[in-house]
Amino acid sequence: MSARRLLAWAILIAAVLFFALPLIGMFEFSLRARRGTWSLDAYANVLKDPQFLGTLAYSAVLSVVTIVLGILIVVPTAFWVRLKFRRFRPVVEFITVLPLVIPPIVIVFGYLRLYNTSSWLPLTGSTTGTDLLLSLGYVTLSLPYMYRAIDNGLGAFDLKALTEAAQSLGAGWGRILYRVILPNVLVAVLSGAFITFAIVIGEYVFAALMNRPAFGPYMVWTGSNKAYEPAALAVVAFGLTWGAMGLLQLAATLSTTGLSKTRLSKTRRTR
Amino acid sequence: MGHLDLVHLEKAFGATRVVEDFTLSIAEGEFISLLGPSGCGKTTILRMVAGFESPSAGAIRLAGADISGLRPRERNIGMVFQSYALFPNLTVRQNIGFGLEVAGLPKPEIAPCVDEMLALIGLDALGGRYPFQLSGGQQQRVALARALAPRPRVLLLDEPLSALDAQIRVSLRTEMRAIQRELGITTLFVTHDQEEALSISDRVVVMNKGRAEQTDVPFAIYNRPATSFVANFVGALNTLEAVIENATGGHVRIADLTVPLGRQLQGQKGDSIRLAIRPESFRHGAGAGGDIVLPAVLEDVHFLGSVIRIRARVAGQLISVDSFNRPDQPPPPVGATTALRLSASDILVLEAS
Ligand SMILES: Nc1ncnc2c1ncn2[C@@H]1O[C@H](COP(=O)(O)OP(=O)(O)O)[C@@H](O)[C@H]1O
Ligand SMILES: [Mg+2]
Repeated sequence: MSARRLLAWAILIAAVLFFALPLIGMFEFSLRARRGTWSLDAYANVLKDPQFLGTLAYSAVLSVVTIVLGILIVVPTAFWVRLKFRRFRPVVEFITVLPLVIPPIVIVFGYLRLYNTSSWLPLTGSTTGTDLLLSLGYVTLSLPYMYRAIDNGLGAFDLKALTEAAQSLGAGWGRILYRVILPNVLVAVLSGAFITFAIVIGEYVFAALMNRPAFGPYMVWTGSNKAYEPAALAVVAFGLTWGAMGLLQLAATLSTTGLSKTRLSKTRRTR
Repeated sequence: MGHLDLVHLEKAFGATRVVEDFTLSIAEGEFISLLGPSGCGKTTILRMVAGFESPSAGAIRLAGADISGLRPRERNIGMVFQSYALFPNLTVRQNIGFGLEVAGLPKPEIAPCVDEMLALIGLDALGGRYPFQLSGGQQQRVALARALAPRPRVLLLDEPLSALDAQIRVSLRTEMRAIQRELGITTLFVTHDQEEALSISDRVVVMNKGRAEQTDVPFAIYNRPATSFVANFVGALNTLEAVIENATGGHVRIADLTVPLGRQLQGQKGDSIRLAIRPESFRHGAGAGGDIVLPAVLEDVHFLGSVIRIRARVAGQLISVDSFNRPDQPPPPVGATTALRLSASDILVLEAS
């Protein structure tokens, strides 16, 4: 083995240890709730806590609402920009990365100022209103990922020709979006959706400042009040996020095998 | 008044005029080709008829009614694209049925229509496949069926065969023409391939720089080109430089040969003009007829099977001569001198260009 390869391996192993050790340590710590032996007591406590399932369910429902709203906003926008307003693409791309640049705390204060009980649209006056506002905030947070994913998806086929073909067959915009565009960007939409799910499950700032019972604040509260349970909770949250990532990977793999199938059949095709 | 009338159509993108004063009347059931080099505005005309571009001036009338104000989806005009543009997420059947579904036809009525279309394009067995499981030629047939299924009032085809390889191109164009005849659908076909246009069209419009240079039946386009652009673009053409000897008598001089053209010429003695002759107009060898004789030196002889292609020098100018192969007449040897014969009526006089 050459010195270069050795170095490469050393760097790889160091990197793996750097990321893995804290996780292993955390996992090991989460098993120590019972003195002198390893046990799953901390996990049992976490799962027993009604707040755990309550906040998790709340965040999960919120993430689904966020994903649906995000799709409804982003798909038509990205479609329209690609089809008719190519000139404005840089502008729209800039706007979509703003949530990465502006700290969430600033965004949420902006929302609270705009939609508080004495404003023109008092969304925070009711729980439903606050939930909606929170969801819309999460749409903003996931916008950079959602937009990029869907825009890439739209670039993978001849958008203009398909749209015109559908138009010449009599289809209106709604049908074109629903029957032609959306099915062809579904994989891209899925990957955007999973990232959104991961963001919403772990988010703290928005939920805490709007005082809603989401999973993020629950994790933080547990962290400052219990000993072993936070580690167990972190492992569970980590597992959930990885589950979402795994699904994303699966969707991506399925789509690429779909693509290679296309390619194969092209090279193999007969007249 | 025809079925589809394009009246003084104009289209400008910014300051560039892409289509200029384009007028064409298409009868019901007629198959018309727009033929011209890339960038001459063929696609733009088709897109104006389909409604994807709006004309800068002029009118588009379908069955007498102006359709310029209608949206593409309100026109009921079928379109086939070079890139097929099949919906990748739908099967062949669903693709073909798309227009019928949009039109609000109930499912049980869509199925027999789709079956009929599948039979028409000869793909009965492939209805369940997705577009990526089909060859290019099959995809384009599905695209044709999809466009025809809602019984459009006009069919537009934008270079539908350009992405296919040569063999399929020829067989599919014949098939398309047969289907068009069977359905009697008014068709506007765009191509830059002259053989394609000449072989399947009722009439051909030769276009150049956004204008129609000549609109006529293929036989006339080829044999009586109205402009030098048409003469050069359609078919192979030899040009010979000549000088007018006698304008009213129709005599010209090619080097030291005097040639009677048998028609009055514009210009006067001493003016130089260009004569154009198709490679297949020359005859040579035993028994060749023709009132004009040009001595030629053979520089190159290509035996292509059914055709013998000769490069010959006439009065210092290189020309190309095509003749059919005949078993009793072997190709002449390179370097030989021969007499090329032709009729005065085979010579086109090109205006200076
Ligand atoms: N949307 C457009 N904006 C600006 N120029 C265009 C547009 N569409 C076509 N053109 C120009 O118009 C000319 C004719 O194009 P087109 O109709 O596509 O030609 P053809 O189909 O004969 O090749 C070309 O020079 C092309 O660059
Ligand atoms: Mg074109």
